Amino acid sequence: MNYEIIVVGGGHAGCEAALACARKGHKTILVTGNIKNIADMPCNPSIGGSAKGIVVREIDALGGEMGVNADKGQIQIKMLNIGKGPAVQALRAQADKITYPKEMLKTLQNTKNLDIFEAIVEDLIVENNKIKGVVLENGKTIEALSVILTTGTYLKADILVGDTRRREGPHGEKPSNYLSENLEKLGFKIVRLKTGTPQRIDKNSIDFSKTREEKGDSKHLSFSFDSVPTYNIDEQISCHLIYTTPETHEIIRQNLNKSSMYGGLDDIKGVGPRYCPSIEDKVVRFSEKEKHQLFLEPESKYYDDIYIQGFSTSMPYDVQDKMVHSLPGLENAKILKYAYAIEYDAIYPTQLKQSLETKLIDGLFTAGQINGTSGYEEAACQGLIAGINASLKIEGKEPLILKRNEAYIGVLIDDLVTKGVRDPYRLLTSRAEYRLLLRHDNADLRLREIGYNVGLIDEERYNKFVTKKEKIEELKQMLQVNKLTPSEETNEFLQSINSAILKDGITFYNLLKRPEISMDIVKKYIDINFDKDILDQVEISIKYEGYIKKAEKEAEKLLNLENKKIPEDIDYDRIHNIASEAKQKLKEVKPTSIAQALRISGVNPADISILMIYLKKEYNRE
Amino acid sequence: MEDTIAAISTSLGVGAISIIRVSGHESIDIVSKIFKGSNLKEKESHTITYGHIVDGTQIIDEVLVSIMKSPKTFTTEDIVEINCHGGIATTNKVLELLLLNGCRLAEPGEFTKRAFLNGRIDLIEAEGIMGVINAKSEKSRVLAINQLNGSTSSMIKELRQEIIELLANIEVNIDYPEYDDIEQVSIKMLKSKISTITDKIQNIIEKSESSKIIKEGINVSIIGRPNVGKSSLLNCLLEEEKAIVTDIEGTTRDTVEGKINLNGLILNIIDTAGIRDTNDVVEKIGVQKSLDLIEKSDLVLYMLNNNEELTIEDIKIIDNLKNKNYIILINKTDLASKLNRDVLKNYIEISVLDNKGIDCLKEKILELFNLEKIETKDLSYLSDARSIALLKKAYQSIKSAKEGIDNSFPVDMVEIDIKECWDLLGEIIGETYQEELINQLFSQFCLGK
Repeated sequence: MNYEIIVVGGGHAGCEAALACARKGHKTILVTGNIKNIADMPCNPSIGGSAKGIVVREIDALGGEMGVNADKGQIQIKMLNIGKGPAVQALRAQADKITYPKEMLKTLQNTKNLDIFEAIVEDLIVENNKIKGVVLENGKTIEALSVILTTGTYLKADILVGDTRRREGPHGEKPSNYLSENLEKLGFKIVRLKTGTPQRIDKNSIDFSKTREEKGDSKHLSFSFDSVPTYNIDEQISCHLIYTTPETHEIIRQNLNKSSMYGGLDDIKGVGPRYCPSIEDKVVRFSEKEKHQLFLEPESKYYDDIYIQGFSTSMPYDVQDKMVHSLPGLENAKILKYAYAIEYDAIYPTQLKQSLETKLIDGLFTAGQINGTSGYEEAACQGLIAGINASLKIEGKEPLILKRNEAYIGVLIDDLVTKGVRDPYRLLTSRAEYRLLLRHDNADLRLREIGYNVGLIDEERYNKFVTKKEKIEELKQMLQVNKLTPSEETNEFLQSINSAILKDGITFYNLLKRPEISMDIVKKYIDINFDKDILDQVEISIKYEGYIKKAEKEAEKLLNLENKKIPEDIDYDRIHNIASEAKQKLKEVKPTSIAQALRISGVNPADISILMIYLKKEYNRE
Repeated sequence: MEDTIAAISTSLGVGAISIIRVSGHESIDIVSKIFKGSNLKEKESHTITYGHIVDGTQIIDEVLVSIMKSPKTFTTEDIVEINCHGGIATTNKVLELLLLNGCRLAEPGEFTKRAFLNGRIDLIEAEGIMGVINAKSEKSRVLAINQLNGSTSSMIKELRQEIIELLANIEVNIDYPEYDDIEQVSIKMLKSKISTITDKIQNIIEKSESSKIIKEGINVSIIGRPNVGKSSLLNCLLEEEKAIVTDIEGTTRDTVEGKINLNGLILNIIDTAGIRDTNDVVEKIGVQKSLDLIEKSDLVLYMLNNNEELTIEDIKIIDNLKNKNYIILINKTDLASKLNRDVLKNYIEISVLDNKGIDCLKEKILELFNLEKIETKDLSYLSDARSIALLKKAYQSIKSAKEGIDNSFPVDMVEIDIKECWDLLGEIIGETYQEELINQLFSQFCLGK
């Protein structure tokens, strides 16, 4: 078999990678252990959330699939942080675990240039540090110019429950046993990580009267800039909130040593994520808290599993029974699937370039959990970038590298390849220094042009985007040119909302800067007929202009340093005055710019100064 | 475009004039903001202008400002040099004003680095500075941090902890909005926190600004038995430095006999009663009085006579100097030596009569009080200017957070300014660990799937 690009793994990273390559016209094959598990959601039944929801918008703006697909499969959607500023608002949807994978598979199958193949990949074919293809479990080979590994948690996956350890992936799927060893043989540094998932409960066995209902928003929302939502708002399925009880905590404390993580198993190497500790972690670390919040989330409208968000554990089954039954409304709950922890191998991500190509092997890309991240959205966006860059490489073009001030995706990848990971990496708004620029509402303005230029946004969608941009400018113009003139009536109104009265005319642009004046008020005085997203966009950019300008100025400073490139062939051993810790870090990360070098922990400004002098001396002789 | 940097480019205190060098495309603009005189922006290149450095309406110093425009300058960038006349405290204040108005304090060797990067100096010189940068910058960084008064630094640490807990709470509200068992940071709560933070920063600024050594100098006592040469030494020091000898009421409760400006470091010679008399302190009022005097001094100069033997009183007093800054002086080295030096660890031999060893004494004093810090020509600055400028910037940030609230901006916007304040405070004490906030988030709150 002969292809241009092989994508190994059919999870969220794999799907985006394969689609990007095929849509860019490259003959692509997606190799997966089980076609039925393509775009599967083995953990929480939701897409989006704080920061993550913005990533989904970014994927959509660039021409990826996750947003479109999530819109097709959601059973509840809401905008988070609605009471806060525009920079932190993000969408979160309960995605139907049947519909989402089904729709994604359909899309994959209907995409030109893309084949799907069921097999386990156990080795890579590498010649002269250049990727040539992959070797399957049965010894057969597939050849290609480029390979993208998106193997998720399947590298040497172990499921941990109580004192048991089983070599298998999620859903009892077969893991890849040798691929990580073979990667190690090729020189990769492999780390072991751990994550977990809670129980699934039969909906019919829960007494919902003891819970608090959490509904979806009562207006239409969508991830994709191109989706036109048609779902029935009233038919959204609710989540339910409950709390753990003193009894739950007592059961956990008494059985603590049976948990895999607390003595049940003594050979655990994997480092679990700080941001989603197991329930036993929470009870131990936050012993002063009397109760912990749990969400009962529906997995699908086609079956009865309810996911208990916040209750992940590696206790043995009998203890899990007791724990679940101590929860309000779940006294008689029927457990359909038990919780487990999973340990797996990942590549230490400083071994990657910012394009997600590995530094060791030319043409080999990796994306998703194999790079030490956690979360569907984090995986999908890496898949998209790896797919785009594998294609661009074949086309002989420069890779697409998003900057930290351009996209959360840029923040994520830069963090990974610059700082490495200690535990599975999750995006948080606090990781983005320019979050005011990286908003939900302006993802298209930031990235659609780029998506169009790499060839993933078609003319029709692009033209729509160009029109939107023009409309925004038109509206801004109108507000800048037209003035509200003082009259008794307007001043009376302004007074009634505690706004300063007018003596002279004021442009609507300046009027909007007043905190108490919204676009809806402005609309009363000037005839502006624009779509809501355009009105919102302009309102945000005017209202927060001061903050936005400040962030842009900061970002500009960064850009200056980003533009100071470090050649790939630099030999750090030849620079004598750099501190040895810094030297070692620089050799490991191989930063591509001075800005990236500055972000490496252990590299201080003096080292940077010396580096800059060296660069000038060696590469810029006059 | 590179940012604009500033530093005091003369060794502090050496000579009556200090020069502050500013380099970068904004240098003329920034200096103009704090300069009163004719318009600097209209000056020709390579000219000198007379005027005053002002802080608002307050005149800080009388200065000469040299304007040198790109590209014919040391760094090839626009350079402004300010010749200050007012000694350490004023020079420091001028630097602080520059930092507050948009300059960044230059790193060690940075002017030279720029000169090289802009092709102004050659390779061999550049090799040299690479060595300097590393050794010096670490030293200066540590110094800058150590220079901070211990209590100021712990106040900043405590304040930062308070701020980071607030930041983590805001972040958690953003990243985990569905957790309703975590307290939501409301505008009201934020308002009161911001007002506490504002007060605390103000308090720290006041404490730092009154840094005693810089503003008031150090109290020095000269102690010794009769005829060891105390008054000659005092006169010699006064003569040398051409200082004014008057009876000045110091801020301390003691009478200051003479003020000596020793390379910028002000020495207040205290309680010299007796020094000018032939009567002697040790003999007349006894050891106890000497010990009291030592207690009041930042520096004790204990004088011995080379021509006499060591007495029990001498040894007793020297014993009591252990936890003090002191210098033992053996005077009259022009006479025959009768003094047993075995029990003395460190001493300086001088002859006031022949004016020998006086320079050595001065060097020792400056070393002890370390105002000179780093002797590179590019970087000699008082870390105080840096800290105070950063503190004031932190104060501005927290004030703009307050304005944000008054203008009804949402919590997460106001947080941007609070975060900036926290970063600036961290810069002062050398803590700018990037993962700090995220670590705080997960240790302070219980979150999970």
